[in-house]
Amino acid sequence: MSYEEKGQWVYLVVTSIAYGVYVVLVITSAGASPLPEVDYQPILLGTIGAAIVASIIGRIAIEMIGPSESHTEDVRDRDIGRLGEYRAGLVLGIGMAVPFIMALAEVDWFWIANAMYLVYVTQAIVGAVIKLIAYRRGF
Amino acid sequence: MGRPTRVTNEIRRLRFNRDEMTQAELAEKVGVTRQTIIAIEQGRYSPSLEMAFQIAGALGVALDDVFGYSATSQEDSR
Repeated sequence: MSYEEKGQWVYLVVTSIAYGVYVVLVITSAGASPLPEVDYQPILLGTIGAAIVASIIGRIAIEMIGPSESHTEDVRDRDIGRLGEYRAGLVLGIGMAVPFIMALAEVDWFWIANAMYLVYVTQAIVGAVIKLIAYRRGF
Repeated sequence: MGRPTRVTNEIRRLRFNRDEMTQAELAEKVGVTRQTIIAIEQGRYSPSLEMAFQIAGALGVALDDVFGYSATSQEDSR
């Protein structure tokens, strides 16, 4: 497995877990009160920050366990990267219509911010999955 | 995605004819990772024309000795 492919696995796992942790923390913080009353900003920023740190540590740990032969991306990595980013960009572009419409409808900021976060997470996961499929099955 | 390429190749055979050149050695000559050579050999990645020329040059043969084009892909023949 190439260095870039390992990186996509780390990104996929960390992003998915970070979002799952965020959702659980928000729901448990709410308790019996409505979700928009949760002080979600520190939880959101905290899980994003933790995800960045976890990605760096994860990449270092994986390289320590099984060092890659090369740490530079080649033309195939760039082709796969472009494919994944293009498809993920479509998800982002279409998905962002949801918080945009919510903002026009003057929905609570909590829901707009969370819709945006969910779209970002979805595009990240879709991009990583497409890249990993391309690495495994070809394109 | 996942569709086998119609570009066929003889890289594996030619590597062995070339003093059993390893995938790593060929990758180094071409300037790509070993995983990319494996993907090309297995038909999971179609190299660019420039990379195809580089591979042929590294193997010391003409381009059409290394690569061919199948009119019918594996999917079509199913």
